Amino acid sequence: MVKVVANAKALKKQKMPQWFYQLGSPRWFYELSGKWLPWLGGSAALLLTIGLVWALLFAPADYQQGNSFRIIYLHVPSAFLAQSVYLLMAIAGAIGLIWKMKVAEVVAKCAAPIGASYAFLALVTGAIWGKPTWGAWWVWDARLTSMLILLFLYLGVIALNSAIGDRQMAAKASAILAIVGVINLPIIKYSVDWWNTLHQPASFTLTEKPAMPAEMWVPLLLMVLGFYALFTWTLLTRCRTEILERERRAGWVCDLLSNSQIK
Amino acid sequence: MNLKRKHRMWAVVALLLGVSVAVGLALYALQQNINLFYSPSQIADHQAPDDTRIRAGGMVVEHSLQRSGDSLMVHFALTDFQKTIEVEYTGILPDLFREGQGVVALGKMNSKGVFVADQVLAKHDEKYMPPEVAAALKASGKLPPQPSAEH
Repeated sequence: MVKVVANAKALKKQKMPQWFYQLGSPRWFYELSGKWLPWLGGSAALLLTIGLVWALLFAPADYQQGNSFRIIYLHVPSAFLAQSVYLLMAIAGAIGLIWKMKVAEVVAKCAAPIGASYAFLALVTGAIWGKPTWGAWWVWDARLTSMLILLFLYLGVIALNSAIGDRQMAAKASAILAIVGVINLPIIKYSVDWWNTLHQPASFTLTEKPAMPAEMWVPLLLMVLGFYALFTWTLLTRCRTEILERERRAGWVCDLLSNSQIK
Repeated sequence: MNLKRKHRMWAVVALLLGVSVAVGLALYALQQNINLFYSPSQIADHQAPDDTRIRAGGMVVEHSLQRSGDSLMVHFALTDFQKTIEVEYTGILPDLFREGQGVVALGKMNSKGVFVADQVLAKHDEKYMPPEVAAALKASGKLPPQPSAEH
Protein backbone atom coordinates (compact mmCIF):
# COMPACT_ATOMS: atom_id res chain seq x y z
CA MET A 1 0.00 0.00 0.00
CA VAL A 2 2.75 2.39 1.00
CA LYS A 3 4.64 1.47 -2.15
CA VAL A 4 1.67 2.28 -4.38
CA VAL A 5 1.33 5.73 -2.83
CA ALA A 6 5.04 6.37 -3.27
CA ASN A 7 4.80 5.30 -6.90
CA ALA A 8 1.86 7.58 -7.51
CA LYS A 9 3.81 10.47 -6.01
CA ALA A 10 6.84 9.74 -8.15
CA LEU A 11 4.64 9.66 -11.24
CA LYS A 12 2.95 12.90 -10.36
CA LYS A 13 6.28 14.66 -10.13
CA GLN A 14 7.20 13.67 -13.68
CA LYS A 15 4.07 15.12 -15.24
CA MET A 16 4.66 17.26 -18.30
CA PRO A 17 3.63 20.93 -18.15
CA GLN A 18 0.03 21.90 -18.79
CA TRP A 19 0.55 23.41 -22.27
CA PHE A 20 2.00 20.12 -23.46
CA TYR A 21 -1.33 18.36 -22.91
CA GLN A 22 -3.33 21.34 -24.16
CA LEU A 23 -1.43 21.32 -27.45
CA GLY A 24 -2.49 17.70 -27.78
CA SER A 25 -6.09 18.76 -28.15
CA PRO A 26 -6.92 19.27 -31.83
CA ARG A 27 -9.43 21.99 -31.07
CA TRP A 28 -7.06 23.96 -28.88
CA PHE A 29 -4.29 23.60 -31.48
CA TYR A 30 -6.64 24.74 -34.23
CA GLU A 31 -7.74 27.88 -32.38
CA LEU A 32 -4.25 28.83 -31.20
CA SER A 33 -2.62 28.31 -34.60
CA GLY A 34 -5.34 30.42 -36.19
CA LYS A 35 -4.15 33.37 -34.12
CA TRP A 36 -0.49 32.79 -35.08
CA LEU A 37 -1.01 32.38 -38.81
CA PRO A 38 -1.26 36.06 -39.88
CA TRP A 39 1.83 36.99 -37.84
CA LEU A 40 3.85 34.12 -39.29
CA GLY A 41 2.74 34.80 -42.86
CA GLY A 42 3.44 38.51 -42.50
CA SER A 43 6.90 38.08 -41.02
CA ALA A 44 7.79 35.44 -43.64
CA ALA A 45 6.79 37.78 -46.48
CA LEU A 46 8.65 40.72 -44.92
CA LEU A 47 11.85 38.79 -44.12
CA LEU A 48 12.00 37.04 -47.49
CA THR A 49 11.36 40.24 -49.48
CA ILE A 50 13.99 42.27 -47.63
CA GLY A 51 16.41 39.34 -47.58
CA LEU A 52 16.08 38.55 -51.29
CA VAL A 53 16.34 42.15 -52.50
CA TRP A 54 19.33 42.75 -50.24
CA ALA A 55 20.97 39.49 -51.23
CA LEU A 56 20.50 39.78 -54.98
CA LEU A 57 20.89 43.53 -55.53
CA PHE A 58 22.94 45.04 -52.71
CA ALA A 59 25.19 42.38 -51.18
CA PRO A 60 28.68 42.49 -52.72
CA ALA A 61 29.85 39.78 -55.12
CA ASP A 62 32.42 37.26 -53.90
CA TYR A 63 36.09 37.91 -54.76
CA GLN A 64 36.52 34.44 -56.29
CA GLN A 65 33.10 33.27 -57.42
CA GLY A 66 31.62 36.60 -58.49
CA ASN A 67 27.86 36.66 -58.65
CA SER A 68 27.36 32.90 -58.77
CA PHE A 69 27.93 32.78 -55.01
CA ARG A 70 24.54 34.48 -54.53
CA ILE A 71 22.80 31.11 -54.82
CA ILE A 72 24.02 30.62 -51.23
CA TYR A 73 21.00 32.72 -50.18
CA LEU A 74 18.68 29.93 -51.29
CA HIS A 75 20.97 26.95 -50.83
CA VAL A 76 21.97 27.43 -47.19
CA PRO A 77 18.47 28.25 -45.82
CA SER A 78 16.88 25.31 -47.64
CA ALA A 79 19.60 22.93 -46.41
CA PHE A 80 19.11 24.28 -42.86
CA LEU A 81 15.36 23.77 -43.08
CA ALA A 82 15.63 20.30 -44.60
CA GLN A 83 17.51 19.15 -41.50
CA SER A 84 15.50 21.09 -38.90
CA VAL A 85 12.21 19.89 -40.35
CA TYR A 86 13.44 16.32 -40.21
CA LEU A 87 14.32 16.69 -36.54
CA LEU A 88 10.91 18.25 -35.84
CA MET A 89 9.19 15.42 -37.72
CA ALA A 90 11.09 12.78 -35.72
CA ILE A 91 10.36 14.49 -32.39
CA ALA A 92 6.67 14.82 -33.27
CA GLY A 93 6.70 11.17 -34.33
CA ALA A 94 8.25 10.14 -31.01
CA ILE A 95 5.68 12.15 -29.04
CA GLY A 96 2.98 10.48 -31.12
CA LEU A 97 4.45 7.06 -30.32
CA ILE A 98 4.86 7.65 -26.60
CA TRP A 99 1.85 9.79 -25.68
CA LYS A 100 -0.48 8.68 -28.53
CA MET A 101 -1.17 12.34 -29.18
CA LYS A 102 -3.22 12.99 -32.30
CA VAL A 103 -1.82 16.47 -32.97
CA ALA A 104 1.74 15.15 -32.89
CA GLU A 105 0.80 12.53 -35.50
CA VAL A 106 -0.73 15.26 -37.65
CA VAL A 107 2.39 17.46 -37.33
CA ALA A 108 4.71 14.56 -38.22
CA LYS A 109 2.63 13.67 -41.25
CA CYS A 110 2.29 17.25 -42.52
CA ALA A 111 5.98 18.12 -42.01
CA ALA A 112 7.25 15.33 -44.29
CA PRO A 113 6.30 16.75 -47.73
CA ILE A 114 7.46 20.25 -46.75
CA GLY A 115 10.81 18.94 -45.54
CA ALA A 116 11.18 16.86 -48.70
CA SER A 117 10.69 20.01 -50.79
CA TYR A 118 13.44 21.81 -48.87
CA ALA A 119 15.80 18.86 -49.24
CA PHE A 120 15.08 18.78 -52.97
CA LEU A 121 15.63 22.54 -53.25
CA ALA A 122 18.95 22.26 -51.38
CA LEU A 123 20.13 19.48 -53.71
CA VAL A 124 19.07 21.31 -56.88
CA THR A 125 20.55 24.68 -55.90
CA GLY A 126 23.70 22.85 -54.82
CA ALA A 127 23.99 21.17 -58.23
CA ILE A 128 23.43 24.47 -60.05
CA TRP A 129 26.09 26.07 -57.86
CA GLY A 130 28.49 23.15 -58.20
CA LYS A 131 28.69 23.24 -61.98
CA PRO A 132 30.31 26.69 -62.34
CA THR A 133 32.40 26.58 -59.15
CA TRP A 134 33.58 22.99 -58.81
CA GLY A 135 33.15 21.91 -62.42
CA ALA A 136 30.60 19.13 -61.76
CA TRP A 137 26.86 18.94 -61.16
CA TRP A 138 27.18 16.06 -58.76
CA VAL A 139 29.99 14.38 -56.85
CA TRP A 140 29.54 11.35 -54.60
CA ASP A 141 31.16 12.95 -51.60
CA ALA A 142 29.93 12.37 -48.05
CA ARG A 143 28.00 15.64 -47.69
CA LEU A 144 26.10 15.35 -50.96
CA THR A 145 25.38 11.64 -50.51
CA SER A 146 24.10 12.01 -46.94
CA MET A 147 21.86 14.88 -48.09
CA LEU A 148 20.46 12.65 -50.86
CA ILE A 149 19.76 9.97 -48.23
CA LEU A 150 17.85 12.60 -46.25
CA LEU A 151 15.62 13.20 -49.28
CA PHE A 152 15.05 9.43 -49.62
CA LEU A 153 14.16 9.19 -45.91
CA TYR A 154 11.57 11.91 -46.40
CA LEU A 155 10.17 10.07 -49.42
CA GLY A 156 10.06 6.87 -47.36
CA VAL A 157 8.09 8.59 -44.59
CA ILE A 158 5.65 10.05 -47.13
CA ALA A 159 5.26 6.68 -48.85
CA LEU A 160 4.63 4.84 -45.57
CA ASN A 161 2.05 7.43 -44.55
CA SER A 162 0.10 7.05 -47.76
CA ALA A 163 0.58 3.29 -48.21
CA ILE A 164 -0.98 2.28 -44.88
CA GLY A 165 -4.69 2.83 -44.74
CA ASP A 166 -5.09 2.72 -40.98
CA ARG A 167 -4.12 6.14 -39.57
CA GLN A 168 -2.66 4.90 -36.30
CA MET A 169 -0.61 2.20 -37.98
CA ALA A 170 0.62 4.66 -40.60
CA ALA A 171 1.64 7.16 -37.91
CA LYS A 172 3.45 4.45 -35.96
CA ALA A 173 5.36 3.06 -38.93
CA SER A 174 6.41 6.44 -40.30
CA ALA A 175 7.40 7.66 -36.82
CA ILE A 176 9.74 4.69 -36.41
CA LEU A 177 11.33 5.34 -39.81
CA ALA A 178 11.69 9.03 -38.94
CA ILE A 179 13.36 8.23 -35.61
CA VAL A 180 15.75 5.75 -37.19
CA GLY A 181 16.69 8.35 -39.80
CA VAL A 182 17.67 10.92 -37.18
CA ILE A 183 21.09 9.26 -37.14
CA ASN A 184 21.64 10.79 -40.59
CA LEU A 185 21.51 14.35 -39.23
CA PRO A 186 24.85 14.37 -37.33
CA ILE A 187 26.36 12.56 -40.32
CA ILE A 188 25.27 15.38 -42.64
CA LYS A 189 26.50 18.03 -40.24
CA TYR A 190 29.92 16.56 -39.53
CA SER A 191 30.55 14.87 -42.91
CA VAL A 192 32.68 17.82 -44.01
CA ASP A 193 34.84 17.51 -40.88
CA TRP A 194 35.13 13.74 -40.64
CA TRP A 195 36.01 12.96 -44.26
CA ASN A 196 37.72 14.55 -47.24
CA THR A 197 34.86 16.08 -49.19
CA LEU A 198 34.59 18.42 -52.14
CA HIS A 199 31.96 20.37 -50.22
CA GLN A 200 33.48 23.11 -48.09
CA PRO A 201 32.87 23.32 -44.31
CA ALA A 202 29.96 25.36 -42.96
CA SER A 203 30.07 29.12 -43.61
CA PHE A 204 27.04 29.93 -41.57
CA THR A 205 26.67 28.68 -38.02
CA LEU A 206 24.89 30.22 -35.10
CA THR A 207 27.68 29.38 -32.69
CA GLU A 208 30.79 30.63 -34.45
CA LYS A 209 31.99 33.84 -36.01
CA PRO A 210 30.69 33.93 -39.60
CA ALA A 211 33.16 33.33 -42.42
CA MET A 212 31.93 36.37 -44.32
CA PRO A 213 31.53 40.09 -43.63
CA ALA A 214 28.28 41.51 -42.25
CA GLU A 215 27.02 42.89 -45.57
CA MET A 216 26.95 39.31 -46.90
CA TRP A 217 25.99 37.63 -43.66
CA VAL A 218 23.00 39.73 -42.53
CA PRO A 219 20.91 39.06 -45.68
CA LEU A 220 21.71 35.36 -45.25
CA LEU A 221 20.46 35.52 -41.66
CA LEU A 222 17.26 37.26 -42.85
CA MET A 223 16.74 34.55 -45.45
CA VAL A 224 17.23 31.77 -42.89
CA LEU A 225 14.75 33.40 -40.48
CA GLY A 226 12.33 34.01 -43.36
CA PHE A 227 12.55 30.36 -44.40
CA TYR A 228 11.78 29.29 -40.82
CA ALA A 229 8.76 31.62 -40.68
CA LEU A 230 7.55 30.42 -44.08
CA PHE A 231 7.94 26.81 -43.00
CA THR A 232 6.01 27.32 -39.77
CA TRP A 233 3.23 29.06 -41.69
CA THR A 234 3.07 26.25 -44.26
CA LEU A 235 3.15 23.55 -41.58
CA LEU A 236 0.37 25.12 -39.50
CA THR A 237 -1.81 25.66 -42.57
CA ARG A 238 -1.38 22.02 -43.61
CA CYS A 239 -2.00 20.76 -40.07
CA ARG A 240 -5.19 22.81 -39.74
CA THR A 241 -6.59 21.31 -42.92
CA GLU A 242 -5.62 17.81 -41.80
CA ILE A 243 -7.20 18.36 -38.35
CA LEU A 244 -10.45 19.57 -39.90
CA GLU A 245 -10.54 16.51 -42.11
CA ARG A 246 -9.82 14.07 -39.25
CA GLU A 247 -12.22 15.74 -36.82
CA ARG A 248 -14.97 16.44 -39.30
CA ARG A 249 -17.45 14.52 -37.17
CA ALA A 250 -16.54 16.36 -33.96
CA GLY A 251 -19.02 18.91 -32.64
CA TRP A 252 -16.68 21.89 -32.69
CA VAL A 253 -15.78 21.35 -36.36
CA CYS A 254 -19.46 21.12 -37.34
CA ASP A 255 -20.13 24.36 -35.42
CA LEU A 256 -17.16 26.04 -37.04
CA LEU A 257 -18.20 25.03 -40.54
CA SER A 258 -21.85 25.99 -40.17
CA ASN A 259 -20.82 29.36 -38.67
CA SER A 260 -18.41 30.13 -41.49
CA GLN A 261 -21.06 29.25 -44.09
CA ILE A 262 -23.53 31.70 -42.61
CA LYS A 263 -20.92 34.45 -42.76
CA MET B 1 4.15 10.02 -17.38
CA ASN B 2 2.55 6.69 -16.66
CA LEU B 3 4.39 3.42 -16.77
CA LYS B 4 3.22 2.48 -20.26
CA ARG B 5 4.41 5.76 -21.74
CA LYS B 6 7.69 5.37 -19.94
CA HIS B 7 8.18 1.93 -21.47
CA ARG B 8 7.38 3.28 -24.90
CA MET B 9 9.83 6.11 -24.38
CA TRP B 10 12.60 3.68 -23.44
CA ALA B 11 11.76 1.63 -26.53
CA VAL B 12 12.23 4.75 -28.69
CA VAL B 13 15.51 5.62 -26.95
CA ALA B 14 16.76 2.04 -27.33
CA LEU B 15 15.83 2.07 -31.03
CA LEU B 16 17.78 5.29 -31.58
CA LEU B 17 20.80 4.05 -29.62
CA GLY B 18 20.84 0.70 -31.41
CA VAL B 19 20.73 2.30 -34.82
CA SER B 20 23.40 4.83 -33.83
CA VAL B 21 25.75 2.08 -32.76
CA ALA B 22 25.13 0.08 -35.94
CA VAL B 23 25.64 3.07 -38.23
CA GLY B 24 28.63 4.24 -36.20
CA LEU B 25 30.33 0.86 -36.60
CA ALA B 26 29.54 0.73 -40.31
CA LEU B 27 30.95 4.21 -40.89
CA TYR B 28 34.01 3.36 -38.81
CA ALA B 29 34.60 0.29 -40.96
CA LEU B 30 34.12 2.28 -44.16
CA GLN B 31 36.15 5.25 -42.97
CA GLN B 32 38.71 5.14 -45.75
CA ASN B 33 36.22 4.48 -48.54
CA ILE B 34 34.03 7.45 -47.68
CA ASN B 35 36.87 9.88 -48.30
CA LEU B 36 36.34 11.51 -51.66
CA PHE B 37 40.02 11.62 -52.52
CA TYR B 38 43.52 10.46 -51.62
CA SER B 39 46.10 12.99 -50.53
CA PRO B 40 49.41 13.27 -52.42
CA SER B 41 51.24 11.66 -49.47
CA GLN B 42 48.97 8.62 -49.59
CA ILE B 43 49.56 8.30 -53.33
CA ALA B 44 53.32 8.79 -53.04
CA ASP B 45 53.44 6.15 -50.28
CA HIS B 46 51.44 3.73 -52.49
CA GLN B 47 48.54 3.60 -50.05
CA ALA B 48 46.27 4.26 -53.00
CA PRO B 49 45.65 1.44 -55.51
CA ASP B 50 48.02 1.83 -58.46
CA ASP B 51 46.10 0.61 -61.49
CA THR B 52 42.62 1.93 -60.85
CA ARG B 53 41.04 5.30 -61.32
CA ILE B 54 41.35 7.28 -58.12
CA ARG B 55 40.81 10.83 -57.04
CA ALA B 56 43.72 12.93 -55.86
CA GLY B 57 43.06 16.02 -53.80
CA GLY B 58 45.41 18.75 -52.67
CA MET B 59 46.69 22.27 -53.24
CA VAL B 60 47.99 23.37 -56.62
CA VAL B 61 51.62 24.40 -56.10
CA GLU B 62 52.28 28.09 -56.81
CA HIS B 63 53.82 28.80 -60.24
CA SER B 64 53.64 25.13 -61.19
CA LEU B 65 50.96 25.51 -63.87
CA GLN B 66 52.30 25.02 -67.40
CA ARG B 67 50.13 25.15 -70.49
CA SER B 68 51.22 23.53 -73.71
CA GLY B 69 51.33 25.93 -76.65
CA ASP B 70 49.38 23.88 -79.20
CA SER B 71 46.80 21.90 -77.18
CA LEU B 72 44.61 22.05 -74.09
CA MET B 73 47.15 20.01 -72.15
CA VAL B 74 48.10 21.46 -68.76
CA HIS B 75 50.67 20.38 -66.21
CA PHE B 76 50.64 21.25 -62.55
CA ALA B 77 51.90 19.94 -59.25
CA LEU B 78 49.60 18.90 -56.42
CA THR B 79 50.74 19.00 -52.82
CA ASP B 80 49.53 18.43 -49.27
CA PHE B 81 52.65 20.27 -48.01
CA GLN B 82 54.37 16.95 -47.31
CA LYS B 83 54.58 15.17 -50.65
CA THR B 84 53.98 16.51 -54.15
CA ILE B 85 52.79 14.71 -57.26
CA GLU B 86 52.77 15.81 -60.91
CA VAL B 87 49.40 16.03 -62.64
CA GLU B 88 48.68 16.13 -66.36
CA TYR B 89 45.26 17.08 -67.71
CA THR B 90 43.77 17.77 -71.12
CA GLY B 91 40.68 19.92 -71.12
CA ILE B 92 39.19 23.08 -69.78
CA LEU B 93 39.84 23.86 -66.14
CA PRO B 94 36.94 25.00 -63.92
CA ASP B 95 36.57 28.73 -63.23
CA LEU B 96 37.79 28.45 -59.67
CA PHE B 97 41.00 26.63 -60.59
CA ARG B 98 43.79 28.73 -59.05
CA GLU B 99 47.36 28.14 -58.10
CA GLY B 100 47.48 27.90 -54.32
CA GLN B 101 43.92 26.59 -54.09
CA GLY B 102 42.51 23.13 -53.55
CA VAL B 103 41.48 20.85 -56.42
CA VAL B 104 40.36 17.25 -56.79
CA ALA B 105 41.59 15.41 -59.88
CA LEU B 106 40.12 12.13 -61.12
CA GLY B 107 42.49 9.84 -63.01
CA LYS B 108 45.25 7.22 -62.86
CA MET B 109 48.95 7.13 -62.13
CA ASN B 110 50.97 6.28 -65.26
CA SER B 111 54.24 4.35 -65.36
CA LYS B 112 56.31 7.53 -65.12
CA GLY B 113 54.71 8.45 -61.83
CA VAL B 114 52.62 11.23 -63.36
CA PHE B 115 48.96 11.42 -62.42
CA VAL B 116 46.93 11.57 -65.65
CA ALA B 117 43.63 13.26 -64.86
CA ASP B 118 40.51 13.16 -66.99
CA GLN B 119 38.49 15.43 -64.72
CA VAL B 120 39.58 18.29 -62.50
CA LEU B 121 37.23 19.72 -59.86
CA ALA B 122 37.94 22.94 -58.01
CA LYS B 123 37.48 22.97 -54.26
CA HIS B 124 36.75 26.26 -52.57
CA ASP B 125 36.79 27.20 -48.92
CA GLU B 126 33.92 28.38 -46.75
CA LYS B 127 35.07 32.01 -46.70
CA TYR B 128 33.37 34.64 -48.79
CA MET B 129 34.35 38.27 -49.12
CA PRO B 130 33.80 41.20 -51.45
CA PRO B 131 36.60 41.89 -53.98
CA GLU B 132 37.55 45.18 -52.29
CA VAL B 133 38.10 43.45 -48.96
CA ALA B 134 40.19 40.79 -50.67
CA ALA B 135 42.26 43.53 -52.35
CA ALA B 136 42.76 45.35 -49.05
CA LEU B 137 43.78 42.13 -47.29
CA LYS B 138 46.18 41.34 -50.08
CA ALA B 139 47.71 44.82 -49.89
CA SER B 140 48.30 44.42 -46.17
CA GLY B 141 49.75 40.97 -46.76
CA LYS B 142 47.15 39.13 -44.69
CA LEU B 143 45.80 37.14 -47.61
CA PRO B 144 48.13 34.64 -49.23
CA PRO B 145 48.76 35.81 -52.82
CA GLN B 146 46.42 34.07 -55.24
CA PRO B 147 47.50 34.64 -58.81
CA SER B 148 44.48 33.79 -60.93
CA ALA B 149 45.00 31.14 -63.57
CA GLU B 150 45.54 32.77 -66.94
CA HIS B 151 42.26 32.36 -68.78
